[in-house]
Amino acid sequence: MPSEKINFDYSIPKTLQIKLTGAWLMSSGIPVVSEITSQFLNRADVVQIAFDTSKISKWDSGLVSFLLGLINECQRRNIKVDRKGLPGGVLKLLDLTEKFTEKIKPQESKQEPFLQIVGGKALQLKESMLSLLSFLGEIAVSLNRTIAGKAYFRFNDFMLIVQRCGADALGLVSLISVLVGVILAFIGAIQLRIFGAQIYIADIVGIAMVRVMGAVMTGIIMSGRTGASFAAELGIMQTNEEIDALKTLGVNPVEFLVVPRILALVVMLPLLTLYADFMGILGGYAISTGVLGINPVEYLNHTRSAVKLSNLWIGLIHSFVFGIIIAISGCLRGMNCERSANGVGEATTSAVVTSITSIVIATAIITFICQVLGV
Amino acid sequence: MKQTSEVVLEVRNLDLSYDDYAVMRNLNFKILKGEVFIIMGGSGCGKSTLLKSLIGLRAPARGDVLYGEKNFWREDESVQKDLIRSFGVLYQGGALWSSLTLGENVALALELYSNLSASQIQEVVELKLALVGLSGYSQFYPSEISGGMRKRAGLARAIALDPSIIFFDEPSAGLDPINSRMLDDLILQLRDALGATFVVVTHELASIFAIGNNSVFLDANSKTIIAEGNPKDLLANSRDPKVIGFLTRGKK
Repeated sequence: MPSEKINFDYSIPKTLQIKLTGAWLMSSGIPVVSEITSQFLNRADVVQIAFDTSKISKWDSGLVSFLLGLINECQRRNIKVDRKGLPGGVLKLLDLTEKFTEKIKPQESKQEPFLQIVGGKALQLKESMLSLLSFLGEIAVSLNRTIAGKAYFRFNDFMLIVQRCGADALGLVSLISVLVGVILAFIGAIQLRIFGAQIYIADIVGIAMVRVMGAVMTGIIMSGRTGASFAAELGIMQTNEEIDALKTLGVNPVEFLVVPRILALVVMLPLLTLYADFMGILGGYAISTGVLGINPVEYLNHTRSAVKLSNLWIGLIHSFVFGIIIAISGCLRGMNCERSANGVGEATTSAVVTSITSIVIATAIITFICQVLGV
Repeated sequence: MKQTSEVVLEVRNLDLSYDDYAVMRNLNFKILKGEVFIIMGGSGCGKSTLLKSLIGLRAPARGDVLYGEKNFWREDESVQKDLIRSFGVLYQGGALWSSLTLGENVALALELYSNLSASQIQEVVELKLALVGLSGYSQFYPSEISGGMRKRAGLARAIALDPSIIFFDEPSAGLDPINSRMLDDLILQLRDALGATFVVVTHELASIFAIGNNSVFLDANSKTIIAEGNPKDLLANSRDPKVIGFLTRGKK
């Protein structure tokens, strides 16, 4: 017996009658076609198969799928199939599958040679560099037009973006900056305590926060927060054809969408950095005076004498550069987003990765230049 | 397949609202097994909100949605899940999962709820895609096919588990007349072959008259059903100016 649901009847000459019984439901499992066909396909006396389905209690697509596989296999072996004994609904479904004759060849999957993969990646890199240069060019032209008052610029939209990437980020920036100040104070205390020079914690915290840490931490926060938001927002606009609608209205999407975002972030990042500097120093002050026992007035005097105006300018230059990097990364990835949910996810991830990597590289370059200039 | 007198879905005294804003009030209708039931009405009248209440996506403010003996919104979560499994839903844009191939889109429900092996699931997937005319497209991603094909692939996914009721939200929206007609034909053929009941939310007149054998007409002003019956009969016999205006594109 081939299966508890199938019986073979060879009583009719040259014909195999397949008797199907019981429930043929996907939820209860169906027999595997190859296991069934292997038992009769090699018999020379079978030139036709017929079906008896009178004892089927229930069926669904599981039966149709099984029969389709069986019929295809028989047709490949030139065995005739008599469908008369099949239920009416099954016959209709089988007819429907055969109704659409427009079939396509399955795609061939072939392994690409190594050199082809390397070449492909190189070409992709070239394309992305060209796309970045072209985007930067568009931004330059659009900024120029905006400054000259020739571009369509909605001040209310700009202020909304300023609020979203400025005031709305204050809570997060406060938390991270205070904690960075606290961490710097504790780390400084470990070494300086050995020399009885704990008061220099004020110098470490002040210089580190104002010169680089305030800007870097704010940059990283804003990459994850605002850069990702720019990419997702523009990506979804791309998916919804909103950017196409702007183009067909004769509005340059870079002027309308990208320039306000870049301007907002370039304005707000230095301000947020100043705020982060202050909060970081506050964190260091709280730990130094509250936990490490440093005199508050002495701490403030040390901070004031250690932090030079040049440190402040270097920090602000960092933040200005970071603002440009984050805004361009977010907008570029959003504008080049593929029109799918996947594409939006990839654009967002790519925006954050690009901006954080670029921030670290930019910090290294600025630090090196400051070192060379002796600032 | 001929429709029977067996009621598969009954809506009783249903009120739909968004917070305090009432969308529809006191809806009552029955859907029989094997029917192609049309929910029609002007844009913004609450058709899609009603559909969401029928398929378990939005609880009504009041009233009952009965599938046989089971009162959907009063059942516990496990019963609701079992009921949902017996629905198929085709969303307006197809709503295919873009990170999965068409084959994987159809296979997901089979992997979760059937007892089939991987190769058998693949065979069923091929069958479902073949039923909607997409044989050989199982390795394609939704982004690689046309809007009409996405709708058909969405239909293949909707019928993956042989549901007893299949819901359609604006099936013809965005399709050219040929693809729209093809989808209408497919609905009728699947109704005949699968013996399922179809509930279609639409305002496409061609589809309404081609496939509908029962319907309700929702009115945004009175916030309730103002006509029900076979769409062709409504066109011939209704005296309500809103219904006649809708069914004749405002020509009468």
